[in-house]
Amino acid sequence: MFRQDTPTAPKKYRALDTRKANVRQSAAQWASSDYPHRLNFYNIPPTAEVTLDEFEQWAIDRLKVLGEIETLLFRNKNGQELATEMKPVLDKYLPLSHNPTLGAGTKEGREAWERCRRERKKDHYSHFIVRLAFARSEELRRRFLRCEAALFSVRFMNEDSDAKREFVRELGLAMEPVGDAEAKQYAEELGGMFGARNNSEWYKVEWERVPDLVEKRMVFVRRGMAYVPSSLQGSLVQAEFTQRLEKDLELTARALPRLDEDSRLLPILNHLSLGFSASDTLNNNNTLTSLNGETITAAQIDGLVQHFPLCMRHLHLTLRQTGHLKHFGRLQYTLFLKGIGLSVEEALIFWRQAFKGVTDDKFNKEYRYNIRHSYGLEGNRRNYKPHSCQQILTDHPPGPGESHGCPYRHFSMDNLIAAVQSMGVNEKGVLDGVKKDVEAKKFHLACNRVFEFTRRKELKEVAGHRDGSLGETITHPNEYFEKSWKLVHGEALGGSEVKKEDRMEE
Amino acid sequence: MSSPHEMEHEMEIELPDGPATLNAKSHDTLGEEVLQEEVEKMETELESKKATPEVEVKKEEKKLDEMFDDDEFMDQDDAELLELERQANEQAMKKEEEQVEIKTEPSAPKPTYADDDLMLAYYSRLFPFRLLTSWLSHSPLPTPSFHNREFAFTLQNDAYLRYLSYRTSDDLRKDILRLNPSRFEIGPVYTLNPRERKAMRNNAKFKPIEKELVFDIDLTDYDPVRTCCDKANICHKCWMFITMAIKVIDVALREDFGFEHILWIYSGRRGAHAWVCDRKARLLDDQKRRAITSYLEIVKGGAQSNKHVNVRRPLHPHIARSLEILKPLFKEHILEAQDPWGASSTPHLSKLLPDAGLVSALTKKWESAARDSVQKWTDIDTVAKSGVSRSLDTKALRDAKQDVILEYMYPRLDANVSIHLNHLLKSPFVVHPGTGRVCVPIETERAEEFDPLAVPRVSELLKEIDEYEGVEAREGEVVQDWEKTGLRPYVEYFRRFVNGLMKDEMKGKREREGDSMEF
Repeated sequence: MFRQDTPTAPKKYRALDTRKANVRQSAAQWASSDYPHRLNFYNIPPTAEVTLDEFEQWAIDRLKVLGEIETLLFRNKNGQELATEMKPVLDKYLPLSHNPTLGAGTKEGREAWERCRRERKKDHYSHFIVRLAFARSEELRRRFLRCEAALFSVRFMNEDSDAKREFVRELGLAMEPVGDAEAKQYAEELGGMFGARNNSEWYKVEWERVPDLVEKRMVFVRRGMAYVPSSLQGSLVQAEFTQRLEKDLELTARALPRLDEDSRLLPILNHLSLGFSASDTLNNNNTLTSLNGETITAAQIDGLVQHFPLCMRHLHLTLRQTGHLKHFGRLQYTLFLKGIGLSVEEALIFWRQAFKGVTDDKFNKEYRYNIRHSYGLEGNRRNYKPHSCQQILTDHPPGPGESHGCPYRHFSMDNLIAAVQSMGVNEKGVLDGVKKDVEAKKFHLACNRVFEFTRRKELKEVAGHRDGSLGETITHPNEYFEKSWKLVHGEALGGSEVKKEDRMEE
Repeated sequence: MSSPHEMEHEMEIELPDGPATLNAKSHDTLGEEVLQEEVEKMETELESKKATPEVEVKKEEKKLDEMFDDDEFMDQDDAELLELERQANEQAMKKEEEQVEIKTEPSAPKPTYADDDLMLAYYSRLFPFRLLTSWLSHSPLPTPSFHNREFAFTLQNDAYLRYLSYRTSDDLRKDILRLNPSRFEIGPVYTLNPRERKAMRNNAKFKPIEKELVFDIDLTDYDPVRTCCDKANICHKCWMFITMAIKVIDVALREDFGFEHILWIYSGRRGAHAWVCDRKARLLDDQKRRAITSYLEIVKGGAQSNKHVNVRRPLHPHIARSLEILKPLFKEHILEAQDPWGASSTPHLSKLLPDAGLVSALTKKWESAARDSVQKWTDIDTVAKSGVSRSLDTKALRDAKQDVILEYMYPRLDANVSIHLNHLLKSPFVVHPGTGRVCVPIETERAEEFDPLAVPRVSELLKEIDEYEGVEAREGEVVQDWEKTGLRPYVEYFRRFVNGLMKDEMKGKREREGDSMEF
């Protein structure tokens, strides 16, 4: 298929067996045709020689790009916003010029083409080097895939429509155009679809190829086929890119142990993947942010609610009111409490007392296991981390009767304002600000605004925050708690530990 | 990602709630003596009538003989099976001990509809093991889809055994009779035999690869909109929610996604499960399962978001069709049967309507006189037409009214059950330990006729066998036990379903193999 047998290609290849030699030949043919497009599906590994310096430098440059993308994705940036913010980074580390309009006849023309080729080569090679470094673990593969897919979508979006069309044509994706008769038959259904225009062309593909469009009900689906308008073709290409890369990564991973690698490469590759993942392992034991080493007991929780962000406050109040929380609410709250330093023994006491109308027997049968599981004491014994705002915002939106999630996102505006007011926020300016933030979908900012208001007195007494602003945006409920607690107890704010950790999560 | 929430769903706890158990108790004490007698009778019968299992075993041998015509094969296989079973038992016992440790001492045994002996009799005489095996194998004889399939038992002491697997339907049967679980669940097919997963050097190779696409609809999720019952209780009125859900989901799966083999099962108390068994559905990965689930999910938002349905206009064809199905039933099943807004002058309905002027006019009207839901629903239009609000956008009002219908009637799915390939779901024909009712199939075409309160209880079924034997025992005719009972139509429907599935599977297989021959 995509010649995944030789993903090591970027190095000096002594083709020892014929199979590799063949691959090398055919790939070389392709490579020698240079890079006709800015976009690349990375189907064929590179085969030419590069110096060790280039090898390392290119990979580092690409990692910078991917790292930036990952950060932006964490902040919920998508689509055009992502593209705008990525532009300077891409221009600096991985520029890709358009095809020069000059012919190769003139000196300038030749130079322009040559620069183009170099840029695209760097893009091509660096992709494969990083792919090699990141194929090692499931976790790394997943992150690599996510970032590369986002990178591709940014580039695809910014490509000229002509170049796009040409690129898609050459990919040769199997897409059956919908005939007139069929289009007429489903005229009503198709007419109401997203992206439909009077004379749009429609393509019929198996729905499995555009799961993201099906998920959002953006396409008409009939008997297993999705009807995709040409305006949504990008999504099809995107899906194909992700799918192929995912498959290739899997193959690369399987081939890894068999690589007879150059002793100079291994350390570089290891180092590269380490740079991206180190913090993850480092902070693994560091989830508890207990305060001054004090232990927190179940009885203290009610007194600490004043330091909780609205999401946790809401969970706590719901728990106190109804004597119960549904599963995801329990999970979100348990992990948060674990994060502020509640031990598993205390957590069991806390929940046992909180659940009204539940017999001991039932509690032990149905909830005890769950709580211990959250602490990594049951089942696969993973030490789960407290959920970050990112996770709370995107994973498992609350269903009917559920209380978890982010109030700024999941409450109706009236209920949200009432909830914020119950935290003592009564200044109109602040409330309007919250409204505005929420409407602009800047849920962090709204939460931050509430924090700044409720802790305005304390903030003013701390150097660097006298203007009443917190500076950095809070992106983790435990960070909110920690900052609030420290402010009230007159401790230096400093960089939050939760923050550092959170960045690397996922 | 396996997270704590999965654990909960794996355990799929049915809340034993106050009223139902109380009910169960009183009933049982009434019939206890009779039952006791029956059970004793049955036990003696079981002793003398070991014939049943033997007959089955012989049949299988015959079949296998025909297929392989090789006696040695059987012997070898048997030895291997015995060995496997021994190992499995050991493992299971070990696990049992582990599991029991973390549980607290089992509560005093409560009398329920389904006590140990009844269950044992049910599994040994009535449970359709063969059909179940064919169903999971998609073939008359067990295939790897069965061998590598995970089963999980919940034992009477609430210990939970996972990663069990069986070679044949008889193995499964034996183990169930030995451990007498209060219920068991079916999980995915793995790359390897789940029992041997620990013996593998490379754990990464042990992965789930295939499982039916499943949906779980539970009446507790309807609590915000149902007024007749709450929690685990159900009545005919609120069962309508499930009937409507089956109609809407079933047609979407068939028309939109092209699935054909969809089995609906009553979950034994207050909901229904769908098993989509088409090969294509079985092979879907998590992402695609998520895509289908979100496609079908419309009612969203937690307790604090007022409006739970927010759909784009123009309506997606799936939603438009669902609305067509639900709208004609709205008056009878919601407004009249549930009367959700009758009690309050500012019902939840007020929060779902646009235009403050209209809402305040309505509130005033409803404050002055008590109006039931049917009246309130018509009030909306009459008040709107009377021109209380000049800014009223009639299109927005129409959309809002459609959203109300969807919020009150559209199926509410437990999404997490559907999304994860490795999620376990209670097997069909298991007895619900709380109600004693059998998890029987629901015929999709006749979903309206299905009455959850008429589903046979295990105790009734066993009585029926005895009655049949008393009256109609005929000579020379082999009648299987389930044929003598009220379980008969359900098993027959299941058999038709499995036959249809196997036929399609065979055809598909031939086509696939035909294709590969051409290369």
